[in-house]
Amino acid sequence: MSATLINGSFIIAALLFILALAGLSKHETSQRGNILGAIGMALALLFTIAGVVFGTRSGPFIVTAGIPLWIAATLVLVLLAGAVIGITKALNVEMTEMPELIALFHSFVGLSAVLVGWTAYLQMAARGHFDALHSGELYVGIFIGAVTFTGSLVAYLKLSAKIRSAPLALPGKNALNLGAIVAFFVLTALFVLYPKGTGGFVLISAITLLALLLGLHLVASIGGGDMPVVVSMLNSYSGWAAAAAGFTLSNDLLIVTGALVGSSGAYLSYIMCKAMNRSFLSVIAGGFGSDGMVVSQQKDLGEHRETTAQEVAGMLKGATSVVITPGYGMAVAQAQSAVADLTSRLKAQGIEVRFGIHPVAGRLPGHMNVLLAEAKVPYDIVLEMDEINDDLADTDIVLVIGANDTVNPAATEDPTSPIAGMPVLEVWKSGQVVVFKRSMATGYAGVQNPLFFKENTQMLFGDAKERVADIINAL
Amino acid sequence: MHIGIPRESLPRETRVAATSKSIAQLQKLGYHVLVEKGAGDTASFLDDDYIKAGAQIVDTDEVWSQDIVAKINPPTNTEIERMRPGAILISLIAAPRSPDLLESLAAKQLTVLAMDSVPRISRAQSLDVISSMANIGGYRAVIEAAHEFGSLFTGQVTAAGKVPPARVFISGTGVAGLAAIGTARALGAIVSATDIRAETAEQVESMGAQFVAVASADAQQTSDGYAKEATEKYARAAAAMYAQQAKEADIIITTAQIPGKPAPRLLTEEMVASMKPGSVIVDMAASSGGNVAGSVPDRVVKTQNGVKIIGYTDLPGRLPTQASELFATNIVNLFKLITPHKNGTVELDMNDMVVRAMLVTDKGQITWPPPQIAVSAAPATSSTKASSPATPGKVPKQPRDPRTGYAVAGLCALALLVLFGFTPAGLLSHFMVFMLAVVVGFYVIGNVSHSLHTPLMSVTNAISGIIVIGSLVGLTLVDQAQSLTNASNLAIIILSTAGILLAAINVFGGFSVTQRMLKMFKKG
Repeated sequence: MSATLINGSFIIAALLFILALAGLSKHETSQRGNILGAIGMALALLFTIAGVVFGTRSGPFIVTAGIPLWIAATLVLVLLAGAVIGITKALNVEMTEMPELIALFHSFVGLSAVLVGWTAYLQMAARGHFDALHSGELYVGIFIGAVTFTGSLVAYLKLSAKIRSAPLALPGKNALNLGAIVAFFVLTALFVLYPKGTGGFVLISAITLLALLLGLHLVASIGGGDMPVVVSMLNSYSGWAAAAAGFTLSNDLLIVTGALVGSSGAYLSYIMCKAMNRSFLSVIAGGFGSDGMVVSQQKDLGEHRETTAQEVAGMLKGATSVVITPGYGMAVAQAQSAVADLTSRLKAQGIEVRFGIHPVAGRLPGHMNVLLAEAKVPYDIVLEMDEINDDLADTDIVLVIGANDTVNPAATEDPTSPIAGMPVLEVWKSGQVVVFKRSMATGYAGVQNPLFFKENTQMLFGDAKERVADIINAL
Repeated sequence: MHIGIPRESLPRETRVAATSKSIAQLQKLGYHVLVEKGAGDTASFLDDDYIKAGAQIVDTDEVWSQDIVAKINPPTNTEIERMRPGAILISLIAAPRSPDLLESLAAKQLTVLAMDSVPRISRAQSLDVISSMANIGGYRAVIEAAHEFGSLFTGQVTAAGKVPPARVFISGTGVAGLAAIGTARALGAIVSATDIRAETAEQVESMGAQFVAVASADAQQTSDGYAKEATEKYARAAAAMYAQQAKEADIIITTAQIPGKPAPRLLTEEMVASMKPGSVIVDMAASSGGNVAGSVPDRVVKTQNGVKIIGYTDLPGRLPTQASELFATNIVNLFKLITPHKNGTVELDMNDMVVRAMLVTDKGQITWPPPQIAVSAAPATSSTKASSPATPGKVPKQPRDPRTGYAVAGLCALALLVLFGFTPAGLLSHFMVFMLAVVVGFYVIGNVSHSLHTPLMSVTNAISGIIVIGSLVGLTLVDQAQSLTNASNLAIIILSTAGILLAAINVFGGFSVTQRMLKMFKKG
C-alpha cells in the first residue's frame, strides 16, 4: 500500500472530522455531522489497517513491512470485539448515565495514549536507539495520557456514585499539584538526557506513576457539583493526549484530531467556567473544587411555605405561561418522563410551557437537554438561561425541579455569598415559584438558598417523580 | 388550648376571624376552636360549615371566656370585661392611637398580640393583615370609584361614537396602591401613580402604569418600611404635581397613611375644585384624617362642582368573604409562629422580633412600643453602596493596562521563535498542523448551542478514539528480525492490542451513542 495514499486518506478524514464538529453546533445539521465523523473514522481506520497488514511503501522503498498473518487476525478480532462492546454499551446506556459513560470513554483514550507511549519506548529500547526529540514527545504523551486516564476514572466513579463525590481536601493540595508539574519537567529533562538502560525504564515508570497519581488527585479534589466542567476539561485533556501520541508517532491525523478535540474541549470548559463565574486557570489546575466546601453563616431567612400537589395543579390550571427549570435532582429522581407528560398536558390546555436550562445544570454540559429529549420534549421549547431570563418576569409560574444553586438569588443579591456573581436563572421574578425538593438541605455549593424563603415561593417536598405524577393526577 | 372566635360587634363590620379552612388548620396545630353563633353569617360562612370543619358553636359569653380570643376589631370595654384574666387576645389594636384601650387590656391581666403591629420584614409577610387588607381595599377602591363614575373605564370606538378611556391617578404605591393600579388597568383605564418613595417606580411600571415623579429628590424611606413625612421643599414640588394631576384625572385614589400620625393632606380644596365635574376621588385614608380636603369617613360627599369624594373606611369589609379568608389565614400563620411544637400551646418567644413587636400587653404589663428594630427590606444607604463590602478574594477586577497584554504576547512570540530555532524541521511542520487545528477547533465550536453540549462531547470523544491508529501503527514497530515472542516484541504486541481494544470501544461506542442521542432531539 502506498504511504501517500494513506496520508491522503488522513487529510480527507481530518476534513470530515472538522465538518463533524461544525455540524454538531446546530440541531438541524447534528445528525449529518455525526455521520460524517463516523465516515472519516472508517476511512482512516481502513487505510491504516491495510497499511499495517500489507506494509507500506513510498515509491520503490519499503517504509514498513507487513505484519504476520496471526497478528493481523488478532488485530481484526480485537477491533471487532471492541466494536461489539462499544455498540452494546451505547445502545443500552440510560440517558441519566451519560456523564459516567463519557467519563469512562475519556479514560480509555487516556490509557490508549499511555500504551502508545510505552510501545514507542519499548521499540526504541529494543533497538537501543533514542533521539532526544522522540524521547521528549513520548514522555509528554505518557504524562498527559496517564493524567487523563486516572482523572477520568475518578470522575466516572464519582458520577456513578461508586465513590463519594465530596471533594478530597489533602493539606497543601496546590503545592502537591505544582510539585508534580515541577517533577514532570525535571524527569522529562533527565529522560531526554539518559533514556537508555534501566535508568530510562525507571524514569518512564516514574513518570507514568506520577501522572497517574496526579490525575487521581486533581479530580478527587473536585466535588460532584463541578462535574460539568471536569468532564469537559477531561474531554480536552483526552484530545491533547491523542495529539501528543501523534507527535510521538509523527502522525498528522492524530495531531490534527487531538488538537481539534483538545481546543474544542477547552473552549467548552471555558463556556462552563463563565457560567459558574469561575476562573478558567483555576479549573485547569483543579484547585477550584474547594469553593464547594464553604458553608455560609446561618442567617435568619424566615420561614418557607409548603404546598401540596393539588394546590400546584390548581395554580397551573389558572396560569397562562409556565417555565420549568430542571436540575440534577430531576435526573436523580428519573422524573424527566413525568415532566414531559406534565408539559404535554399543560400545552393541551393552551398553557405556554417552556424550559429554562442553566449551562451547568446536571453533571455534564447539556445533560438536561439530553434527558428532556429522551422524554420527547421538543427542543424548541427548551431554552438557555440567557434566552429565558428576560421572560421570567412575565411568567406566571416557575417549577423548579431539583435545581438549587442555579436558581439562587444570593448569587446576584449577596456580594458575600460564595456563589456571588454566578449568573443564575432569575426565577424569583416570576409570579409564583414552586420548588420541588426532597428537604430543606443546601445545594452542592453548601449555600442556603434565599429563594425558598421568598414570599412568592412555595415548597413541594418529596420525590420529584412522584410529586409530578401527583400533579398530573390532580389535573 | 381553646380559641374563641366572636362575632364582630362593630357596626357595618362584615368580616369574621375564622373560616372553615382556617379552623381545620388551627386544629392541626392542636387547638380546639369555638365560634360564636352567627359569627360568619355576613361573610357567607355558615354555622354548619364551621361545625363540619370541627368547630363548636357557642354563645357570646362562652366564646369570650376561652383561653385565646381571636377577632378582627379592637374589643369594646364590655367585651374586655367578658374575658378571663390572663387570657390571650389577638386582634387589631391600633396601639399608637389607643392608650386607653391598652390600659384596660392591661388592667384585665391580658396578653395581647396586635395584628396591626406586625413588623414589615419578609418573614412576617404571611401574618401581615395590613398588607392583606390593603390589597383587597385597593381593589375595592377602584370598584367603588367605577360605581360612582358616570363613564366607562375602557376606551372604545363604537357605532355610536368614541368612548375615551378613563384616566386614573393613584397616590401612594404601597400594597393598596399597587392593587388599585392592577385593578384599574384590568378595567382598561390609563393609570398613572406617584409615591414619595421614588424607588417604587419600577413596581409601578411593572404593573403597567406610568410613574409620576415629584420634581425634587429628597424623598426617603424610613428604616421600618413605611413612608414618613416629607420636607417642606419636597411638599411644594409635590403640591404642584398634584395640582396638575387633579386637572387631568377622572379618578383619583389616595392611599397615603403614616403609622400613628394623621394622614398627609395631598389634595387641597382648590385642587378638588379644579377637577372635572363627574370625577371621583377615593380617599382610602379617610379614617385617619383623610388625604383629601372635604372627605368624610364612611360617606360619599359631592362637592359643588360635581366631584364625588368617597371616604369609605370599610373597603376590605365590602368584600367580606375574601377579606375574612385572608384575615383568617394571617391568624393561622400567627398561630404557626407561636405554636412551635404544634401541640395546641402558645409559646411566646420574646427573642423573636415578630412576636415582640406584636405583643402590646404581656400578662397585664404594657409592652408597647417595642424596642426599635431595623427592617431588612430597607434599601442600603448610598454610602454602603459606594464601598461594597471588601471580602478577601472577591476584589473587583481592575481593568488591565492593554500594554501589559501586548508585552506578554510579544514575549511569548519571542520565546516560541527561539524555541523553534532549535527545533528540527520535521517537528516544525507537525507543529504548524497542530497550531492550525487548535485554532480551527476553537472556531468550529464557537457557536455551538448549549443543548448540544452532551452530543458534542460524545462525538469529540469518539473522534479522539483516533488514537486507535497509534496502537495500530504500534504493531508495525515489532522488530521482525527478532523472534516475535521475545520479551520486547511480545510486550509491544500486547500493549498495542490492548490499546486497539480500548480505542475501538471508544470509537464505535462513541459514534453510536451520539447517533442515539441526536435522534431523540425533536422539534415540536
